[in-house]
Amino acid sequence: MSDPTPGLSIDSDTGVEVSLPVAGPGARAYAFLVDWHVRAILALAWYVIAALIFNGALHLRPPLTNDARWFIWVVAPAFVIYFLYHYVLEAVMHGRTPGKRMAGVRITARDGGTPSAGALLTRNVFRLIDSLPVFYGVGLAATIATRDHVRIGDMAAGTVLVYEHAEALAPPPAVKPRADYPLEAAGAEIIGELLARWSTLSVEARAQLARAALTRFAVPNPPLLAARSDDDAGLHAQLEALLRGAHGT
Amino acid sequence: MNTSQRQHALTASFMQRANLWQQALARARRLAQGTTEDAADATRMADDYRLLAHDLARARRLLPDTRTREYLEAAYASAHATLHHGAWRLRAALLVLFRDDIPAVVWWLRPYILWSGLILVLAAGAGYALVQRYPELIALFASPDLIASVDHGRLWTDGMLNIVPSSVLSVQILANNIVVSLFAWCAGFFFGLGTLYILGLNGVMLGAVLAFVSQHGLRDQLLTFMVAHGCVELSVMCLSGAAGAAVGEALVRPGAAGRIESFRVAALRSGKLLAACVPLLIGAGLIEGYVSPNPHLSLSAHAAIGVGYWLFMVLMLSGALFGRRTWAVR
Repeated sequence: MSDPTPGLSIDSDTGVEVSLPVAGPGARAYAFLVDWHVRAILALAWYVIAALIFNGALHLRPPLTNDARWFIWVVAPAFVIYFLYHYVLEAVMHGRTPGKRMAGVRITARDGGTPSAGALLTRNVFRLIDSLPVFYGVGLAATIATRDHVRIGDMAAGTVLVYEHAEALAPPPAVKPRADYPLEAAGAEIIGELLARWSTLSVEARAQLARAALTRFAVPNPPLLAARSDDDAGLHAQLEALLRGAHGT
Repeated sequence: MNTSQRQHALTASFMQRANLWQQALARARRLAQGTTEDAADATRMADDYRLLAHDLARARRLLPDTRTREYLEAAYASAHATLHHGAWRLRAALLVLFRDDIPAVVWWLRPYILWSGLILVLAAGAGYALVQRYPELIALFASPDLIASVDHGRLWTDGMLNIVPSSVLSVQILANNIVVSLFAWCAGFFFGLGTLYILGLNGVMLGAVLAFVSQHGLRDQLLTFMVAHGCVELSVMCLSGAAGAAVGEALVRPGAAGRIESFRVAALRSGKLLAACVPLLIGAGLIEGYVSPNPHLSLSAHAAIGVGYWLFMVLMLSGALFGRRTWAVR
């Protein structure tokens, strides 16, 4: 058995890998149970309501005559709801179902993309194997034993279930910049990096870099440049003041 | 200024970019869902991707255990998926599946289809020969009700519609056929043996029942019953078996890619065929429930329906129904 909370890392062109937290057997089982109840209730509800309307009486028995309308309006839709629930919803909701939403998980391809229709079909058909011998025994054993907690259907389809935390969906609070703050985020980053490496640079190099940074980022604030800035400590202090947004105050 | 103050200043300036992240994520979602065709949006997506990658890298260092980092992880993953996969449109995907993918899979599976057909025929021949030689063995392959009915000189299908309505019969049949067909494919996971077993068992049962009804002079009646739905039903069984055999072979002879990767590739590729098999079996189930047991239809009518539906299947699998001109894939 492996790490209980593994992540799927995907290489990208930017050099910053995409990291997806993989859902374990618990989240999977929770999602499945919710979905099973939803589809069973929906299919049953359709059958009961359609049968009552079709019969025009308080019984659910099929007609003894060959009536195609019974098949079309009562039996087939209930059958379709129950058996195609996962496939249709996963395709339409981009790898999600109501149960998966409640469990905070979604299906994704191994390259981080939305799984294709074929992958979703494959994944769902392999439930026949995963459900063997009873209560998803094979599937549960596979999710416990494999590194990415995948069942046989996921192995076949090249999919994986990943967490989709609700917190991650809510945007972080935007910080309103102070009106007198002179730096953009990029400038703050550069000055922060320079200050962090200050002691590792030669005096000449850091003086040159500090002057360049002050010239570039302190342009809206001429008093800073007017100050004498050729001593090492003075340059350091001016960079700190600029980063703090306290210059000229 | 100590490290903490510096960190605070950097974080404050970093968080000023939250609006840009929200805009990038919203754009990625619009493009992924196909709700926008705006070229400017698509162009800006590449810039968004770089921005999110850069800021995520900083967030991982500056704010490792925060909501901001999680948000950026999700936004970056979403942008990555959108940029590398584009929008997913159901109708276009289905058209590509039926017009291009399924014919390509059938072409690839040709040898497997031939072998599956051969196994089914050989198993049927074996079942036929077995019951012809040892009639009492029919008890292994058929239910007591079926045997009793044939012993009394009539097929179990006679008067079927007086017992079970066609609608219920169709659902029972098509559900059973779909499960058997899908299982024949999935069972390839057991190194192909599961598929072989299902094909063999179905073939032996078919041959055994044919031999048994022939012994009681009911063969023509059975063939009349079978021809309308059986052409497609047995063909689909061969197709599912072929797909299962491909999955099994990928596990037995995985090649350089490794067993799990070969299994994934074979299952994904061959599985596309199931998208055609299922609707075909639904049609066959409806024919078996409504047409096949109908005593008022002649053999020629049954045969016309059976052959017609089989030709429809060929057109569907070749992609011709969806505008494809050639079957072969180069």
